[in-house]
Amino acid sequence: MKLNRRRFIGATAGATATLAAPMVRAASDGRPRVVVVGGGAGGATVARYLAKDSKGAIDVTLIEPTRTYYTCFFSNLYLGGLIPLEKIAHSYGTLAAEYGINVVHDWAVGIDRDARTVTTAGGYTFAYDKLVLSPGIDFVEGSVPGWDIDAQNEMPHAYKAGSQTELLRAQIMAMPEGGTYAMVAPPNPYRCPPGPYERVSMVARILKQHNPTAKILIADPKPKFSKMALFQEGWSNHYDGMIEWIGPDFGGDKVSVDPAAMTLDIDGEVTRVDVCNVIPAMKAGRICEIAGITDGNWAPVHARDLRSKMDDNIHVLGDSCAQGDMPKSGFSANSQAKVCANAVRGALTGSAVFPAKFSNTCWSSLDENDGVKVGATYEATDEKIAKVDGFISKTGEDATLRQATYEESFGWYEGITSDMFG
Amino acid sequence: MMKAKLHIMAAMATMAALGWGAPAAAHDHGDPERGAALFKACKACHQVGEGARNRVGPVLNGVFGRPAGSVEGFRYSAGMERESADGLVWTWETLDAYIENPKALVSKTRMSFRGIRDEQKRADLLAYLRLFSDNPADIPEAEPTEASALPNLSPEVLALVGDPAYGEYLSSECTTCHQVDGSDEGIPSITGWPVEDFVVAMHAYKEKIRPHPVMQMMAGRLSNEEIAALAAYFNGL
Repeated sequence: MKLNRRRFIGATAGATATLAAPMVRAASDGRPRVVVVGGGAGGATVARYLAKDSKGAIDVTLIEPTRTYYTCFFSNLYLGGLIPLEKIAHSYGTLAAEYGINVVHDWAVGIDRDARTVTTAGGYTFAYDKLVLSPGIDFVEGSVPGWDIDAQNEMPHAYKAGSQTELLRAQIMAMPEGGTYAMVAPPNPYRCPPGPYERVSMVARILKQHNPTAKILIADPKPKFSKMALFQEGWSNHYDGMIEWIGPDFGGDKVSVDPAAMTLDIDGEVTRVDVCNVIPAMKAGRICEIAGITDGNWAPVHARDLRSKMDDNIHVLGDSCAQGDMPKSGFSANSQAKVCANAVRGALTGSAVFPAKFSNTCWSSLDENDGVKVGATYEATDEKIAKVDGFISKTGEDATLRQATYEESFGWYEGITSDMFG
Repeated sequence: MMKAKLHIMAAMATMAALGWGAPAAAHDHGDPERGAALFKACKACHQVGEGARNRVGPVLNGVFGRPAGSVEGFRYSAGMERESADGLVWTWETLDAYIENPKALVSKTRMSFRGIRDEQKRADLLAYLRLFSDNPADIPEAEPTEASALPNLSPEVLALVGDPAYGEYLSSECTTCHQVDGSDEGIPSITGWPVEDFVVAMHAYKEKIRPHPVMQMMAGRLSNEEIAALAAYFNGL
């Protein structure tokens, strides 16, 4: 149903009487409406491209709880002392001022798929013709026995950037001389596959400077991980003897924690640690579950337009969606957002829809001026987003190439953040 | 010929008047032959010699003594135009500073070049470039610039006229890394490139002649029409 102003007024009166909803956002002048939930690499990008490319023909609302957004990507570099926290902080001012996007700082807490409305914790209701969900990740409860969200101050995850990242950094800096930083690494699939290992590199870097006798312990349920050979080479080059990785062969998959005692139990062996960075198993942002579009932990989507397999009027981007071969990364979400924006705009305004192309590259820093990368291109098939071609940095590359890769990652950061926030 | 000689004499007279004794001797340690080898790295963007044209970067014939940002028909970055307006003139000293670290001299230059730290190498390169400046009307046997590694492209491929609207859509893949406004920190700008250079560069990546894993992968799956569309779009920005 397309609402014109008159029908809308009637509908509001009815809604007020029956549901006592305090306010439904006006469907101004009959333009098609897109509501985007989540203002990260997927959501900010899709909102910006829809507004920019439709030149005002689509009414775009972006619902994102934080006024200042901290990118998860590059937050490890802050932990490693390579960049200040401000470097990863972004506001939504340009999206509102230059692109005319209605930026709403609120939590989306309800979705009525029949009425096509989103309600927020602040009590507002927003009607949509198309809804794009890009809420990132939430944690699977009970995945690390002993840990829950109440324990995130004792044992931070720092896997949603911002206050958690600052907390983890403060805990690392406050470690006693020769103390232990432990990480509980997550099982697949999870946000940013090389992220935990880049973090270990950055923690090692800062400890080497401030606390060189400190130790790093990783309990990992996975037998191998992204860029494993590159990280292991980097760790032995830069931080020899500091890092111990315990895979499932040695009980890395049988882990529990006690936040009150600050202990980590790996297959029955209890260790007291000074910092315990618990990165639990992940699932789609909870709003996907609330919308009823998940299958297991993730929201399945069609490859060509990121449309939910449960609802043709909902698209899901980035970490939350189950799409096939692309890793859950900011780059992937940004790539998916542009394909989605093109498809949604075509559906709402009749503009040309071009074939879907996807790509991803993940840079990781092993140390200052030592960067590595992995990347691939993807295409849409009937079943999934399928990998076409890829590359990965090699072990033993010379310092000049590693420095160029490191500098390139900063270029990418500037590129993607201006692509997201304008 | 006569005129050129007069120019040189006038220039030397000016230098003498400014108190720069023996200007040539001060910069004699550059070896133009070694410089010619070093210039290969510049050839991806710059041409010198007979028949040289503006490409991604401006033609470098006659660069010595020329005001910055003054080559006719070349679209400079706003940063270079500002320096030009401020009176920057290319001399040995300013060129030496520029190629040591382009962004240190012209902060918003579009020249994506890391710079040369080695003083001797800079001197060699400038000695080579000087061959094309001392007497530009009388370049002897200078060969037209040959690009370092070029793909074998048929005239049909080069003649394809790209659709900028399609290019705009495709460009969204590029803009995850390359910034549309031409800024570049660690990743080069691709905004405003001549169409032919763009097409040649992309095919060179596609055929894995130019080295860079990300670009080889990205270009690897672009059709001739898609490359032409991207070239048209980025040229028109």
